Amino acid sequence: MSTLVTLPVLLPMLGAGLTVITSRSATLQRLIGIAVLIAVAVLAAVLLVAADRTGPIVAEMGGWAAPVGIALVADRLAALLLLVSTLVTLAVLVYSIDQRVADYGRETPSTTFHPMYLLLCTGVSLAYLTGDLFTLFVAFEIMLSASYVLITRRTSASRIRSGMTYVTVSLTSSLLFLTMVALVYAATGTVNLADLAAQVGELPDGLRTVLALLVVVVFGIKAAVVPLHFWLPDSYPNAPSPVTALFAGLLTKVGLYALLRTQTLVFPQDGSKTLLLWLAVATMVVGALGALAQNDLNRLLSFLLVSHIGYMLFGIAVFDVAGIAGTVLYIVHHITVQATLFLVSGLITRRTGTVSIDRMGGLAKTAPALAVLFAVPALTLAGIPPTSGFVAKLALLQAGAGSGVATAAVAGVVVASSLLTLYAMARVWVRVFWGTPQPPLSDPDPTDELVVGTGSTPRPMVAAAGSLAAVSVAIAVAAGPLSAVTGRAAEDLLDRGPYRTAVLGEEAR
Amino acid sequence: MTERIPWERWDEPHEPWLLPGRCPDRSERTLLLEMTTRVVFPTILVFSLYLLLVGHYSPGGGFSGGLVAGLAFVLRYIAGGRQDIGGAVRIRPPVVIGLGLTIAVLTALAPALAGNAVLSSAMWEVELPLLGTLEVVSSLLLDVGVYLLIVGVALDLLRSLGAGIEQDARAAGERM
Repeated sequence: MSTLVTLPVLLPMLGAGLTVITSRSATLQRLIGIAVLIAVAVLAAVLLVAADRTGPIVAEMGGWAAPVGIALVADRLAALLLLVSTLVTLAVLVYSIDQRVADYGRETPSTTFHPMYLLLCTGVSLAYLTGDLFTLFVAFEIMLSASYVLITRRTSASRIRSGMTYVTVSLTSSLLFLTMVALVYAATGTVNLADLAAQVGELPDGLRTVLALLVVVVFGIKAAVVPLHFWLPDSYPNAPSPVTALFAGLLTKVGLYALLRTQTLVFPQDGSKTLLLWLAVATMVVGALGALAQNDLNRLLSFLLVSHIGYMLFGIAVFDVAGIAGTVLYIVHHITVQATLFLVSGLITRRTGTVSIDRMGGLAKTAPALAVLFAVPALTLAGIPPTSGFVAKLALLQAGAGSGVATAAVAGVVVASSLLTLYAMARVWVRVFWGTPQPPLSDPDPTDELVVGTGSTPRPMVAAAGSLAAVSVAIAVAAGPLSAVTGRAAEDLLDRGPYRTAVLGEEAR
Repeated sequence: MTERIPWERWDEPHEPWLLPGRCPDRSERTLLLEMTTRVVFPTILVFSLYLLLVGHYSPGGGFSGGLVAGLAFVLRYIAGGRQDIGGAVRIRPPVVIGLGLTIAVLTALAPALAGNAVLSSAMWEVELPLLGTLEVVSSLLLDVGVYLLIVGVALDLLRSLGAGIEQDARAAGERM
């Protein structure tokens, strides 16, 4: 069983190696990529069932026991997020393969895309599964260095500039991350998360607060929490739509996962409740208002992404079983819906040849399938019942209302910013899908893969985006069992006992 | 009887010193560097293999060995130019990278087939005539993977940042 925990990390890495070797055969590369991701999805489902039945599953690397060696831990939270993330990476991979086949034909292998894509999946899996602060840093580095290549690949000079913003900000946060790991190690003598849970409690209050704050800053940059969000709306819209979908769906959520893990396991609410609540309010409001001011469809979606990071932060700030469970449910819902929206936005800009929503119109008449495909995730993001967004938001609102005046007030902000999200989405709907149909504009920059303006929507791409929309519908249908799992995951996270016992053995209790 | 050489050009190098036989423009050649490279190149490669093999107990290992081997190729590129490096390594650099990564991951996974923890290593003692006892550690294969990966990265850098830029500059009509 414990070998299974390592496979979600090793299989994509093996796939990355094999796709470099086979970089002359496009078909082989695509088959390897899809096969690896399907295997990881199945593994994640197996791990989720096993972790839910018997508690966290631990794999010790090289047979070295936990506080010294590196442990990979699959508990309910990690396995659940791994499953959802892999479903998203699989759909996005199929979408981008379809896009490439539609644009360049079937026989177009790429030396960089497939290996880098699989390496990014390796980093994401490792970040979820690792039980070790330094390995978490390594996971982020694997993920980010692959993302640097993906975001600057096949672009024009002006887009390299916005890619540079992304690279610089990410490197800065990595540097802070490394500093934080060094400080934690200097203070406690361990980087094992389960071991840290006990060691950090014995530190002086001031030191503990500084470390906890540093953690919030580091993962705040990765998760794009206001005021550390400025890089996101500048860089994400400048990548090809499958890459943006992947980043928007996963990278910020992995940052949030790291924040959730460290806040619950290592620094349980060290005076950070007020801070996190204010950050959540700022993130929700700034993101939603920013979205209203945008005319560029991708920038609008990026600001909405920032806004919704605030919701998940709110659940962490509430810090009881209901709040954490709501956050986990929201992460699951948001990974799928945000990726779907960016994929659909890619289809829209591909058809119209522009990202400016003022210059689109009448798509509901010319492309009804696209209209349906946009409406489902848009309503889900806004949280209209009976979608998965409603289920997740309801869980957060109940948690907020049930835990004091301050959180109840912030729950009011959650409702307000959901309405703003709905308004932003309605605005897009009116401008893009209603009105008189516009002819597609010509490609503003033929050298890159961003906006094409073909006036067509290839069926396979629609199917790939549709399958992801179907996943988010399935989340709504399975809301009952899913919220039961997230509830148990939240209990585990707050209890800390099962995780620590699984990693360190019985004496840790 | 060799061809007559004008007296003022007798000291310009005419013959290829490096093995593949193609030289860059005469004006770029430095005889000293070419001669040194010819002597030093195999030595550095042997040294990098030594680092690879002793890495388990002593300073060295796949990463540093790979870097040293990469430096050997950098030296050849500086001395012989892109034709030379293309002649010395006929396999495409990405394939070397991919091969290294694949070997490393498979080595990590192999113990799992025998029911041991992933990444754990086994050790065998081999009696060799003349040399005595030799300890072979299975993690050497992991180091071989890392070694190949690093060499591949060095070659790819030489190809893209060295020869690639050189080619672009030539295409743009700049004098190198």
